[in-house]
Amino acid sequence: MIPSPRLTQALLALVACLFVASLLTGPAGIPPGRGLVALLTGQGAEGLVMREIRLPRAILGLAIGAALGLAGAAMQGFLRNPLAEPGLIGTSAAAALGAVLAIHTGIYASFALALPLMALVGAGVSTGVILALAGPRGSALSLILAGIAVSSLAGALTSLVLNLAPNPYAASEIVFWMMGSLADRSLLHVALALPFLALGAALIATTGRGLDALTLGEDAAASLGINLTRLRLKLVLGVAALVGASVAVAGAVGFVGLIAPHLMRRAVGARPSRLLPASALTGAAILLAADIATRVIAPERDLKLGVLTALVGAPFFLHLVRRMAREV
Amino acid sequence: MACAAASDPRPSGAAFARRAGAALAVALALVAGSARADAPARVVSMNLCTDQLALLLADPAQIVSLSYMASDPAASAMAEQAAAYPTNRGRAEELYLLRPDLVLASTFSSPGTLSMLDRLGLDVATFPPGATMDELRQAITDMGAALGQPQRAAALLAGFDAQLAVLSAPPLRRPRAALYSEGSYASGARTLEGQVLQAAGFDNIATEHGLDWGGRMPLEVLVMSAPEVVVTETGRPGSQRARAQAVLNHPALAQMRRADVVAHQDWICATPRVLDAIAALTDLRRQMERE
Repeated sequence: MIPSPRLTQALLALVACLFVASLLTGPAGIPPGRGLVALLTGQGAEGLVMREIRLPRAILGLAIGAALGLAGAAMQGFLRNPLAEPGLIGTSAAAALGAVLAIHTGIYASFALALPLMALVGAGVSTGVILALAGPRGSALSLILAGIAVSSLAGALTSLVLNLAPNPYAASEIVFWMMGSLADRSLLHVALALPFLALGAALIATTGRGLDALTLGEDAAASLGINLTRLRLKLVLGVAALVGASVAVAGAVGFVGLIAPHLMRRAVGARPSRLLPASALTGAAILLAADIATRVIAPERDLKLGVLTALVGAPFFLHLVRRMAREV
Repeated sequence: MACAAASDPRPSGAAFARRAGAALAVALALVAGSARADAPARVVSMNLCTDQLALLLADPAQIVSLSYMASDPAASAMAEQAAAYPTNRGRAEELYLLRPDLVLASTFSSPGTLSMLDRLGLDVATFPPGATMDELRQAITDMGAALGQPQRAAALLAGFDAQLAVLSAPPLRRPRAALYSEGSYASGARTLEGQVLQAAGFDNIATEHGLDWGGRMPLEVLVMSAPEVVVTETGRPGSQRARAQAVLNHPALAQMRRADVVAHQDWICATPRVLDAIAALTDLRRQMERE
């Protein structure tokens, strides 16, 4: 069930290195050695920066990257479609709409959990709609088209809410919800997101056997004793929790869930149960690397995460589309 | 004939009333003894800052309409006075229908609207959003001239200079301060807020980072710069329900000295109202000197 130990170790080592690199990167330019000491002692301004600003950023980069990689692998496995990805099929956009509603109706101000919860509802509803429109039997085309529709509708509603709200920062917030960023997040955001991410990961982890059986086809899976309705429910809830909590604190970061499973598919084989953990680790590495890059390229500018993931992910997506067109 | 009458934009009755209104305004101005004879009788302002300068300098009878923001207490420092006047949303067609002799606008008002007003043959006076005390003084003089109220402008200016002189006693030392707002934005020394901070006897840490006008300052840069006080403003409309607000609730900021002593409305526009902001910050500095 687990990918080869050597691959797992290599991925874990890579993620650990990137996590430390993320802690040591930032516009304040704290020397690495002093940064690590300050992280342990928590003394002075450097301690404050390391513990309250960089640590939450690195934790969120790791956890959200893993969540997106896992969600992408699960969706691709269930839909048996290599183009499925939370960003491309509208899950992230719908989660962003839920989060924006939580903030701008004022619910979030009195009840902090409303932020991830409403993002989760948005993600869950959109995943349900997509599965209804283009379930495992639907073609790649109908999946992507349904995704475009859900994505544009949710994006338009998000812009509408922000434009109608008396919010002087509407334009910059629309960009955040579309592109995502981990700048200036705090441990409060970590506390808000982590329980939901853990819940989602636990739910998705139980779908491995079902997804494996599903690769043989729905009928074969049913004859192997897989309850497809239950599998679908677990998948929708798990993806909603993963994507909802991620988007609620970091905005919609695209393409991580697309790239991570594809990078690992050749290495671990086509079995979804082995792909899930490998894809989660790869997703964490991708997002940590992207977040480090935003701070290296433009330290003062809050370059959005989604810009970097799209620069790598979109050409990759085009490559997949071309390959599929050739196969047809 | 009937056609000609119907197409006449100003029926004679309305024209008479208008002339009578203008005559009354001139008469009032003569009584007040300050307005020039060629002062515009129907003034429309389409910008929050020109609204407030007009309220300070114009004869009440001169003002036909102010922007809708002028009477919004969340944005305007003179909402009460402005509430007495009809509002406009700065669209060319509604402004034209008000038949103004003079339209007051900002140089940053929508260029499309300004060029349309020009094409319609209206007299438009544009005022730059002043960022320094000198530009503020110039705006008062210019507004006085545009409204035909040079004496009132001179009086307002004299009062402003006197109060500013009182507040500008040299500080014992200049504490380092940050002007920090939603979305991790730090205002620089060349903004009006920055000038107010400087006038109150503080040094702005944005200058140390080359942010003359201001810009994004990541929270960790703010923390490492260790300003003695982080000045944030109160009463910014809509910011309580914005994601950008999150940075001001960040635990790292809670460990620094914070001062919410200036109301947003007091320094959004270059009017003598900035004296209130300077006074509030000067009080803060004196308190810090005593500690």
